[in-house]
Amino acid sequence: MSLADVCLGFILLGITAYAVLGSADFGAGFWDLTAGGARRGGRIRGMVERSMSPVWEANHVWLIFVLVILWTAFPVAFGSIFSTLSLPLFLAAIGIIFRGTAFALRGQAATIKEARVLGAVFALSSVLVPFFLGATIGGVASGRVPVGNAAGDLVTSWWNPTSVMAGLVAVLTGAFLAAVYMAGDSQRAELPDLVRAFRARALGAGVVTGVAAAVGLIVLRGDARSLYDSLTSGFCLSMVIVSGLGGLGTIALVWSERYGLARVTAAVAVAAIVVGWLVAQKPYILPPHLTIDQAKASHATLAAVVIGVAAGLVILVPSLWFLYRLVLQGRLDHEYEPLDQRFRL
Amino acid sequence: MNAAVFAQQVVETLGAPKQPDTVLARQMQAISLAVHIPIVCFGIAFPAMFLFVEGLYLRTRDKTYKALAKRWSKVSLILFAVGVVTGTILSFEFGLLWPNFMATFGQVFGIAFGLEGISFFVEAIFIAIYVYGWDRLSDRAHFLTGVPVVLSGFAGSFNVIAVNGWMNDPTGFNVVGGKVVDPRPWAALVNSNMWHELIHMYLAGYLVAGFIVAGVYAYAWTQGRRDHYHRTGLVVALSFAALAAPVQIIAGDWAGRTVAERQPVKLAAFEGLQQTTKGAPFSVGGLIEVPHMLSILAFHDPNATVQGLEIVPPRDRPPVTVVRVAFQTMIAIGTGLAALGAWFFLIWLRLRRMPRWPWFYRAVMAAGPLAYVALIAGWVTTEVGRQPWIVYKVMRTEQAVTSSSGLAVGYVVLLLVYAGLGAAVYWLLRRLTRRPATADVR
Repeated sequence: MSLADVCLGFILLGITAYAVLGSADFGAGFWDLTAGGARRGGRIRGMVERSMSPVWEANHVWLIFVLVILWTAFPVAFGSIFSTLSLPLFLAAIGIIFRGTAFALRGQAATIKEARVLGAVFALSSVLVPFFLGATIGGVASGRVPVGNAAGDLVTSWWNPTSVMAGLVAVLTGAFLAAVYMAGDSQRAELPDLVRAFRARALGAGVVTGVAAAVGLIVLRGDARSLYDSLTSGFCLSMVIVSGLGGLGTIALVWSERYGLARVTAAVAVAAIVVGWLVAQKPYILPPHLTIDQAKASHATLAAVVIGVAAGLVILVPSLWFLYRLVLQGRLDHEYEPLDQRFRL
Repeated sequence: MNAAVFAQQVVETLGAPKQPDTVLARQMQAISLAVHIPIVCFGIAFPAMFLFVEGLYLRTRDKTYKALAKRWSKVSLILFAVGVVTGTILSFEFGLLWPNFMATFGQVFGIAFGLEGISFFVEAIFIAIYVYGWDRLSDRAHFLTGVPVVLSGFAGSFNVIAVNGWMNDPTGFNVVGGKVVDPRPWAALVNSNMWHELIHMYLAGYLVAGFIVAGVYAYAWTQGRRDHYHRTGLVVALSFAALAAPVQIIAGDWAGRTVAERQPVKLAAFEGLQQTTKGAPFSVGGLIEVPHMLSILAFHDPNATVQGLEIVPPRDRPPVTVVRVAFQTMIAIGTGLAALGAWFFLIWLRLRRMPRWPWFYRAVMAAGPLAYVALIAGWVTTEVGRQPWIVYKVMRTEQAVTSSSGLAVGYVVLLLVYAGLGAAVYWLLRRLTRRPATADVR
């Protein structure tokens, strides 16, 4: 295994962690958006707020982690991606500002009206950000990012069948994961009505996500044939199957109300598809324009990244473990309160 | 190794940009930094401040201290959230605005951001545990979870400043035939500019955050709220800022002398000095000329020769007026803040009471925004002073920019977004000052 492979492994780790953890925070925004009126949706929104608050910032850092490794270890790929896909990435960045700020401020709202405005901003941008990030990945995977300074098309590089499909699947996956996680959180908080609400949402979103993923494969066959061929043969095919089984297993576990284990299988489903995609792209980082070998930084840089990140992980892994242990043990949980109730005095 | 070693500029890795709006890209980056940097100041200084107050609580068991520490940590978490998103925009902008810079030099300086990413991660994890852990963890454990927040704030600044220092004094690579070869990332990380820039920025964090927080309580003071809670808030915040202020002058002097040595053209722009001059004067506010002063500032020698802008052709000079005005602004405000800090300590230590003159409190209220202005002026001094280079003497800013169209639209959108963000933060501060903090403590 070369140093470039290790760096690619870090990118894989980052994307997977962001897809498993970060996208669930966007998914929580999706359920916030669709929760209905202030009174009816107050209970759902209260749980969204309670579940997301302690973890969303740490989860978000995985995105930065991916960018940083990409621009250090594969700088030409980074420059090419960001200049060609400037539009979806700019829109995602704007969405990230709105999402984070509005969510942080909603906790300070004093009236239901303020909470509603901030909540709408938070929830809408929670849907847009994963769409644009998914569309970006779709643009790269379907071979629409050539090497160069904005060398690809400003619009069709991300507004194409593969990108749109990837964007939709990203939104749906987040919604599915969020519903699974929050069903578990609600169970821990002993709120049976919310367990039921999130269970139903998890089952619904799981089925829709599965169908969308299957449709996505068909779209890929027409739009990005070589990627489709790699995904449906050999190791990648097994990853696709693992992902599908993970999804089905999660649905089954949610059905039988075992949410702790469902977290794990859901994460496996997402991780498998990320691994499958990156391996299907090999040897390219920007298919079919730039191989990993052509894109990689020099030996000294790759070695520095590996040493730096490995040293960092020594600190990071126990820290993350500490945070998630506290969260999953419920030690950082606060009194559950429906969002609208705060304003009824 | 000095930047002058590079006999030639680099060739753009992704090809020469076709971009008529480079100035818009620069402004977008500048505005985004001006939004993010004050939040960084709070990231640097606020955790140390609330941890100090929590320490007071643990020693005295006085609930007032707990209420204050809790309130500050909650504000800190919200500001951290805003910092997370505005910092994300910066990392996106590196690629969106400067793809050629990243593609050409990412392998040289990128590792610093890798380490910064790790620090940022640790900060995000522990600030969440700290704030959500109030009354949930044991007193001692809770206090200890605050320590990594302070340390990772410092580590994060260290790494980001390392990159900025490197842009001003690029080392750790060679240029052969216009290509960057043989990158030595660790050498790039520890460059000659880093230490003084780091200390200067770190102290600026304490000045900005300390004076802004102190200003809030000074306002309360003028409104007659002078109880133990408000008094503690004022004294602690003011003490942090007032301690940093005089040290900042020393750090600034250090920074100035390094610039004189490594970037003489930038130093000449500080004063608008055209000709190379022995015993160069410095004009205060463009009005009063102090003889030999620039030589003293730059080299601690009244008769030292200061190189003028003439040493390079006009196309290699920064926009002098902007740099000069920014530099003077920073010096003037910095001096004023040090005087204000000295005033406070004199009264506090000699008379063991707060100053009584109402103008003192008005000055403290003004000091926060002024410290912010000085902060931005300082960054304008060093960053506009670096122009026309993005990597000093190696890559021009216009070589680094994106070829993507639509910068003007992006510019307007970004301005609107930041205006909204500003309104939201203002709304938040008003909201917070209206709610009694003692409500937070059981």
